Amino acid sequence: MDSPFGLLAELTYRCPLACPYCSNPLNMAGYQDELSTGEWRRVLAEAGDLGILQCHLSGGEPLLRRDLMEIVADAHGLGLYTNLITSALGLSRPRAEQLRAAGLDHVQISIQADERTVSDRIAGTPSFERKIEAMGVVKELGWPLTVNVVLHRYNIDRVAEVLALAEEVGADRLELANTQYYGWAWRNRDALLPSRAQLEAAEAVVRAARERLRDRMDVIYIIPDYYSRYPKPCMGGWASRQLTVTPNGDVLPCPAAQSLPLPRASVREDSLERIWAESPVMTAFRGTDWMPEPCRSCPRREVDFGGCRCQAFLLTGDAARTDPVCHLSPDHDLVARAVEAANVDSRAGGPPLIPRPHQVRPHRVRRPGGAGRSVPGGE
Amino acid sequence: MDPTHTGTPRTAMSRTGNRTRPGVGVSSSDRPRLARHVRLTFCRTRQRQVLQLPETVVVLNGSGADILQLCDGRHTVAEIVSELGARYQTVPDEEVRQFLTRLVARRWVEFDDG
Repeated sequence: MDSPFGLLAELTYRCPLACPYCSNPLNMAGYQDELSTGEWRRVLAEAGDLGILQCHLSGGEPLLRRDLMEIVADAHGLGLYTNLITSALGLSRPRAEQLRAAGLDHVQISIQADERTVSDRIAGTPSFERKIEAMGVVKELGWPLTVNVVLHRYNIDRVAEVLALAEEVGADRLELANTQYYGWAWRNRDALLPSRAQLEAAEAVVRAARERLRDRMDVIYIIPDYYSRYPKPCMGGWASRQLTVTPNGDVLPCPAAQSLPLPRASVREDSLERIWAESPVMTAFRGTDWMPEPCRSCPRREVDFGGCRCQAFLLTGDAARTDPVCHLSPDHDLVARAVEAANVDSRAGGPPLIPRPHQVRPHRVRRPGGAGRSVPGGE
Repeated sequence: MDPTHTGTPRTAMSRTGNRTRPGVGVSSSDRPRLARHVRLTFCRTRQRQVLQLPETVVVLNGSGADILQLCDGRHTVAEIVSELGARYQTVPDEEVRQFLTRLVARRWVEFDDG
């Protein structure tokens, strides 16, 4: 067992956006008892001792945590490379300056499309203009900027315009990630899945742009695994390189793993080191011993590690099956049928896209007296 | 959260990309330094120097760490090559130059103007 490199710190699942591809858990109510500042500080210290080098501050919207600056300063003080993954709503110039001074190293801002109408519609709230402004602030303050765009049926045809926008705002990195179907996105899978023709057109645009932009911008393209022959090497192997701490302190090998029927492990009950080394949620699928056929004897077993456990569970009800995305999986027809449906010639009247209801609620921990606070876009 | 951060490894352990970009090279009088967003740190757990960048960790070997420590905006490429030659008989000059060329191509190392 190696030391992990990264900690994905999900500070809160509260979020001003309502994206239909949200991968956060369905049962948000189970995560309202958020870790306190002091608890996060202990988690960060334990993460540093465990060999973690990078701290990804995410959510939900991490800017909704009023103690974000303290958490960043603490992580920075421990020598961690800190990365803020944000919708940028709430990233005012003063807040950005404070975070810069606290030692934040890198900012990733999501955008839902290249222009206001589509972006705001997908986000479920007016947000495009503020995101663009925040990108300008990030560049002015001298941060490296990554622009994150989740691709799906309703925006993938605009990938050329997305690339142009990223270039215009001076992004250093652009992450184009095809939707992965967990959480709320799983519910919307059949509506979000693009057609093969859409993908092929987008990928040609991305290839050309990478060549053209290679001395200015890194273009990262995360493939839609439903269209791959082999599964993705999920997380670089189960509990191998990274761990996730959820808003209430649960520790997981990846943010989607809360859906699996495994015993909980929490930083409120145990140390990160012990959890990483010994807890069933980490050891269940670590290495290759758990693998069934066809993975067990497959020459690619240490290339893709059997794919994604959460996807296997969602599709088959058994987390220990081969990822059905793999063409060798006995369950592959579950994926093939979804792909087929996405490629029916006339899909007029296809499945509707269900927006995620806004999840911003009065918040128990951080409001003495229990007074709720609403945020832009909240109900 | 967006699903960008599900299922993709967020760190890379090995150095990637041996391609060099046309037109990018290093000359002996250049004074390389780490780009602003790049940090060279020592990892206690691994007892190795590591290079930290957005979404990337590079665990360095001894000579790689030595080269990067000399990328301070003061040493010239010629000085770095000669220093490495003195420290490691087994690291040819050309390898040091190629390593620097790759880092420049990835925009991890830059040169001061003038």
